Amino acid sequence: MSNCNESVPVTIIKPQHGWNPVEFKELWEYRDLLRLLAWRDIKVRYKQTVLGVSWAVLQPLLTMVVFTFVFGRLAKVPSDGLPYPVFSFSALVPWSFFSTTLTQSANSLVSNANMIKKVYFPRLIVPMSCSAAALVDMGLAFMVLCLFMAGYGIPPTWNIVWLPLFVLLALMTALGTGLWFASLNVRYRDVRYIMPFLLQFWLLATPVAYPASLLNQPWRTIYSLNPMVGVVEGFRWALIGSGNPPDAVLFVSVLAAMITLFTGVLFFRRMESTFADIV
Amino acid sequence: MTAYAISAEGIGKRFLIGSRVSQADTLAETLAQSALSQFSRFKLRRPGQKRIGKLHSEEFWALRDISFKVEQGQVLGVIGRNGSGKSTLLKILSRITPPSEGLATITGRVGSLLEIGTGFHAELTGRENIFLSGTILGMKNREINARFEEIVEFSGVEQFIDTPVKRYSSGMYLRLAFAVAAHLRTEILLVDEVLSVGDAGFRKKCIDKMSEIAREGRTVLFVSHNLGAVSRLCTAGLLLESGEISIYGNIAEVIAQYGRMVIARDEDPVSQHGESVEVRHLRIIRQMDVLDPATPLTFAFEMDIRKTYWKLHVQLGICTPEGLNVVLDSFDTDLKPELRVPGRYSFHVHLPVLWLRPTIYTSRIKIIAHPDSGRTERFYSEWVEIPVEGGVRVDSVADRVLVPASQWEITMKGNLDEERLV
Repeated sequence: MSNCNESVPVTIIKPQHGWNPVEFKELWEYRDLLRLLAWRDIKVRYKQTVLGVSWAVLQPLLTMVVFTFVFGRLAKVPSDGLPYPVFSFSALVPWSFFSTTLTQSANSLVSNANMIKKVYFPRLIVPMSCSAAALVDMGLAFMVLCLFMAGYGIPPTWNIVWLPLFVLLALMTALGTGLWFASLNVRYRDVRYIMPFLLQFWLLATPVAYPASLLNQPWRTIYSLNPMVGVVEGFRWALIGSGNPPDAVLFVSVLAAMITLFTGVLFFRRMESTFADIV
Repeated sequence: MTAYAISAEGIGKRFLIGSRVSQADTLAETLAQSALSQFSRFKLRRPGQKRIGKLHSEEFWALRDISFKVEQGQVLGVIGRNGSGKSTLLKILSRITPPSEGLATITGRVGSLLEIGTGFHAELTGRENIFLSGTILGMKNREINARFEEIVEFSGVEQFIDTPVKRYSSGMYLRLAFAVAAHLRTEILLVDEVLSVGDAGFRKKCIDKMSEIAREGRTVLFVSHNLGAVSRLCTAGLLLESGEISIYGNIAEVIAQYGRMVIARDEDPVSQHGESVEVRHLRIIRQMDVLDPATPLTFAFEMDIRKTYWKLHVQLGICTPEGLNVVLDSFDTDLKPELRVPGRYSFHVHLPVLWLRPTIYTSRIKIIAHPDSGRTERFYSEWVEIPVEGGVRVDSVADRVLVPASQWEITMKGNLDEERLV
């Protein structure tokens, strides 16, 4: 061969059982695929829609309008001293990222079944690309949030340097849960029906429409087992400086997110070898 | 030491068909089943009996004990009937699904083409799909960039490269998809049936490209039903039958064996001793040891007729390994009414020089007998093999049916002056 200067890879094919470690090197080699699948998802998602990519912003925006009316005006839910629209929208930005990633990645293996049955690549790439695509959506929504804050005359605080960490926490939570449900969905299509209910329940268990300050200890610690609590609270604090600064309770969320991601990856890798046969 | 690109030892793939039929497809069923299997584990398991993962599951081996080696640069054709395990083998070697047992070692980068247009998305343009599909097949971004022009040119859809592929005709779609796949530059290529789609022109283009790839010294494992293409492209062959290797070796032998297998499948009962019509000793009268394309064929057989028929129809068939009838010669009692009388007859059938290309043909006699005008009985002889060999250059025969010893007569009829040439 002409490219004999490159080392010739040797692949061993053998039965796969039990727990398999993550092949980080291989994942890295397939980074082009990750980028292209994410790009495809973004490109295709709003094809043949009139409003196109503005849906990425409109979805959380419309939810914010509903929340403002129902919770802000009618129920008079407190909002940590912020105008209610800013209060809820600043939480809906990371929340939409989470719910989009979860929904898309839970469906990703099934909707890419054809590819999975016909060509090899590390299957982890598929749900990962979903979260990458959702990150782009979040970026757009985030810009609108900034405009919003400017409109209300709320300056961002220096805490904003911590914001990427909370995005990372959201990513870990979303990807971890997404991996669990993606693997389960290959075998049990029940997942499709569980998902909307789960997300509704999860939204209520996250301080999107109301402030976490409504809860006292020890309930706050238990509440923080939901990693999205840490994400949403942290997001608001980093951006606007509202609510409590992150304290020890945040580590409950971080720990929960790490466990979710770790077990999600593990479970996914264990089920991976059966995907092509049963999807 | 020969370098092997692919080396497989005892590969097997098991499916649990029980779990296909009564598969737990909802969580509730799984919970119920696992509870039951826990129970049955204690109740029903006899000593020495292997525990089966799920209740009601039955094992089915799609592949069993597959061992073979492919040298670097070799083109191996994998043939077999539908359901013989060809695609499963390819999926295992492509790492799409793991084997249940055995081991395979693959030296070199693997590209697998299990269908045309893997990863294509209808909403995206031709240009976008080249990048998407190329990446999914395992090309690096820079490789696609480097070959982009070449791919577009090969596909012949330059004009529509920025149109979504959902607006393409199916022909354009196939051409573009194949163009991407054909430019995959891996040391090893696993190809499945890709060539069986599209019109004749497209198939020819695909086969030409495949031969080009084969000549470049890359290792190819090629699964197909198209025996013509297989015999042209491949040097070695692997015939699978019900998940096991039936024969592995020289491609001509493998194809001949496949021919026998296909023929055996039609399972017409050979007429037995004591039946009303029996054909015996079908053979070829040989003047020489070797039958070459220029040998006139003479068949001989005996036929016992044990009752009086209203009409008898005797057919001699010659088949290629691919299952094509090249000769179907017949004779009936309208031509020779004496044959209606019961008795033992001896037949000699003289065929002229047929110029058949060298391969292994099979032949048999079929008798359609009518006791009266309304009824039909059929009788068959055994199949016999007719190996035709030599006479022509072997490399030039695969895509021909006949190889006549032609003579080209050429005479020059005079000079053309240069002005008239212009």
